[in-house]
Parts: sequence; C-alpha cells; structure tokens
Amino acid sequence: MATQQSRAAARIMIAPAVIVLLVWMLVPLCMTLYFSFADYRPMRGVFEAWIGFGNYASFLSSSSFLDALGTTLWMVAGILSITIVGGVLFALLLDQPMFGQGIVRILVIAPFFVMPTVSALVWKNMFFNVDNGLFSYLYKFLGMQPYDFLSQAPLFSIVVIVAWQWLPFATLILLTAVQSLSSEQLEAAEMDGAPGISRFWYIILPHLSRAITVVILIQTIFLLSIFAEIFVTPNGAFGTRTLTYLVYQRVLESQNIGLGSAGGIVAVILANIVAIFLMRIVGKNLDN
Amino acid sequence: MSRAITPRKKIMWTALAWGLGLLIFFPILWTFLTSFKSESTAISDPPVWFLFDWTTENYSAVLERSNYPLALMNSIIIAVGSTILGILIAVPAAWAMAFVPGRRTKDVLLWMLSTKMLPAIGVLYPLVLIAKYFGVMDSRILLIVILMLINLPIIVWMLYTYFREIPGEILEAARMDGASLKSEIIYVLTPMAVPGIASTILLNIILAWNEAFWTILLTTVDAAPLTKFIASFSAPEGLFYAKLSAASIMAIAPILIMGWFSQKQLVRGLTFGAVK
Repeated sequence: MATQQSRAAARIMIAPAVIVLLVWMLVPLCMTLYFSFADYRPMRGVFEAWIGFGNYASFLSSSSFLDALGTTLWMVAGILSITIVGGVLFALLLDQPMFGQGIVRILVIAPFFVMPTVSALVWKNMFFNVDNGLFSYLYKFLGMQPYDFLSQAPLFSIVVIVAWQWLPFATLILLTAVQSLSSEQLEAAEMDGAPGISRFWYIILPHLSRAITVVILIQTIFLLSIFAEIFVTPNGAFGTRTLTYLVYQRVLESQNIGLGSAGGIVAVILANIVAIFLMRIVGKNLDN
Repeated sequence: MSRAITPRKKIMWTALAWGLGLLIFFPILWTFLTSFKSESTAISDPPVWFLFDWTTENYSAVLERSNYPLALMNSIIIAVGSTILGILIAVPAAWAMAFVPGRRTKDVLLWMLSTKMLPAIGVLYPLVLIAKYFGVMDSRILLIVILMLINLPIIVWMLYTYFREIPGEILEAARMDGASLKSEIIYVLTPMAVPGIASTILLNIILAWNEAFWTILLTTVDAAPLTKFIASFSAPEGLFYAKLSAASIMAIAPILIMGWFSQKQLVRGLTFGAVK
C-alpha cells in the first residue's frame, strides 16, 4: 500500500517530466495560435496583432492548400498501403521455417535505421537519377527509354523512398503479432481442411487487425510530418508539396508568419484527429 | 506440437525470404559497394558489382572535408546528450508511476504521449523565435533540449512498461527486511531496472541520431549534425556518388549496428505497449 508520504514523493518525482512537457507543448503552441490571428510579415515590417480569421480563410481557400492536402493524402495512402500489404506478407514469410531467419530479419529491418536524408539522397542519385541511376541502366538493359522518376513521377518516387523506410517498422510489429498467434487454432483449422487462403482470411487477419490498426495510426502521425525526404529531393516542386512543406515555405521561406501559423494550427488539428483514435487503443491496453 | 516441415518446403521458404530480404537491403548494399569505388567507376555504364579496384580514398576524402568530423561530433553529442537528459528526467517519473500508481497515472501517461503527436511544423516559428531570443540558434544545447523533449514521452513510456514488470512483492519483501527507500532503490530496484534503462537509452540514441526536422531547420554549421551534413550533398549532382556513399555509410553504420541489437525494444518503444 502506498502511504501518504510516498504519494507526495511520487508527485515530486513526476513533476519535472510533466512541467517540461507542459511548457514544451503550451508555450510554442499558444504563440502559433496568437500569430495565426495576426498579420505578421517581418520581412516587410508588417505587424497587426488581430485580423480575426483572415489567415485561416485565405489559407484554407487557397488552391495551394487543397493541392497540398491532396498530395499529403495520396502520399500517406500510398505509403500505408505498400507498407501494410508488404508488412503482412513479410511477417508471414519470416514466420515460416527457414535457414538463417535471424539474418533475413536483420536485412529486412535495416532501412528503418537509415537516416532520412541519407535514404532520400541515395535513392535520388543512385536509383532514380535519369543519367546515372540504376533504374535507368535497368530500363536500357531491357531496351526501354530511361525514365526520369523524380521529374515525371515525383510523388511516386517519394512514396517509394518513404515506404522503403517504413516497411521494416510494419514488418517488425506485424511479425510480433503473428508470433503471438496460437498455433493450435491454426492446426485445428488445417485439420478441418480449411485451405490456406481461408485460414489467412478468417484466423490470421482478424488476429492481426489490432496490430494493423496500430501501425496505420502511428505511421500516419509520423507520415503527416514527413519533411527531410521532400527537402532533399524535389524540394516541394513538381507536386510533392505536402501540408507540412507548405507551412514550412509560408513560415520560413516567404516569411508570412500569420498565414503559416494558421496552416500550422490546421496541421495540428488534422494530426490530433488521428491521434485521438490511437490514444483510445493505447489507453484500453493500459487497463489489462 | 509443430506441423510437419519437409526439407523441400524449408529450402523453398529460405530461398524466397533471402531473395526478398536482399532486395530490401539492396540500396544499403549498393551504397556500401559504391563507397569503395572511384568516382568514375561509380557511374560506369553498365554498373560494376564486385570486380573493381576497391579503394578507401572516398572515406579519406570525406574525412578531410573540414566539416565532417564536426558533424559527427555534433551528432554524437546531441544524440547522447538528449538521451541522458531525458533519462534523468524520466527515470523518477516512470518509477513513481509504476510503483506508486495513483488515480490519474493513466491520464498523465496518455497526456504525455499526446504531446508526441503534436506536428513539429505547428510550432516551428515560435521555436525559431525563442531560440533567437535566447541566442541559441545553431547551438548543440538547443538541439539537445528539443530532441529530449520530443523523445521524453517515449522514454517515460518505455521505462514505465519495463518498471511495471518488476514484481512489487520483491519491494515489499525488501521493506519487510527493513530496507530504507534509499537502499531499496540502490540494491533492489536498480539492478532489475538496468536492462530496461539500457534498451531505452539505445532506442533513443537511434531516434535522436536520425531526427531530421529540427536538426535541419535549426542548425546551419556550428551545431549541424550528420543529418544536415548529408543534406548538403543534395546540391551537387553527378560526379560525387562515391563520396556521397562513403559519407552515408559513415553516418548510418553505427546506428545500423545499434539498431540490430534493439529490434525487440523497437516494437515496445514505438507502439507504446499497444502491440506485445
């Protein structure tokens, strides 16, 4: 039993973590909120503290916002579908009996540890580059015209790069879930003559559904703020400007702080909608 | 009971898994090979695989570039510094939440996680302003503090899940034997908590090392870690593949090795215990 004294001590021990996070969360966010209602363009010396919802109106109604939102959704959807489908298949594959399973797992999860700027530049220069990239050699080898991925299909290129980085994450988590599946249930189904596809559909997939949900939510939160990969590849040009990148450009490049802050608040709200679902799942899990 | 495994099936799975595994790993392997080629071999048509004159000249060239050692140093200081600072703040908090859980412990934990969900872009400009106000733009201490704050929820969370696995009876037994709170912590808890703390440190160094939003936007030269250093290679196109590869390999090798050791912790740390 915890005594009064130990409760007081516990509170003191928790306090520093809570206080720094509270300051970290509230101070900058309140500043952004404040700027989002202001006309603030430091380069031109403009500062008007209150212009109402003007920034929100012009940010939300601009075509660049809708484009950025569309790009973001396509990017996240593309990456999610590749990593989830690929992750499930890899998890099931890695669960099979084989030689050197540990080594294969190491090979598969390696991309997750590569820093974003490195993976983006390696893909950009050594694979996608139209003159010297490996894909161009492959196209030539197959007798086709080399394809300039980064300018012809920039969004697809980014999706490939980021999906490559996140596939290991999905695989690792889904593998953990696959391994917790009881083999008795599968064997019973097998003895009853259920074919592989229905075993997958009626036993394995339902068992994985929670892990898949968690992967989707966590990845979505991270993917909504993809930055480095776009920063070093086409730099937001050619239709790869995501919401995060658009806000970055408004704030730091064109120095329209009011407009950018309104965009930042919009991004926070969108991310929070996803976060609520994730928190529910995590919260439920805390009870058992 | 295990299902019957025929050797043929096993060989088939092995071939498939190795093939796909190598395919996923290929970009890293190719970068590794390219880093030992001369610049002209690196872009030769058709590409050469293993039979070329292996050279380490790219590594020495990158090392001689004045800012590489600085970037490496910055990466180490920022990743290790932010992790240590985070651990110092998180250990007491996680310890208290695991062993003296109150009515609101769960809410506090979830709230901490929710701060992690805040998109960085939403607070970019205020952070730039604050950093300028305190005169710490492009300084290591700024990045140590920011990366600590970003990863603090994960550190607290991981430590909490580890500490909660330490059976409470052991603590009670120690208390019965007359152990004071201090000796309880030093002799009973610490030895049991060390593996969990070590894994937490490992995962957080990895996360901090690869962080590429704040490190790119809040540094220019002095505090620029490897993420930013590598980004500077994005400008010159063409003839620098071998050097880019050498720099990349040096930037990712230590973390890749650490990462391989922390596979299990990764699942725990990044799903906040939602997948076991």
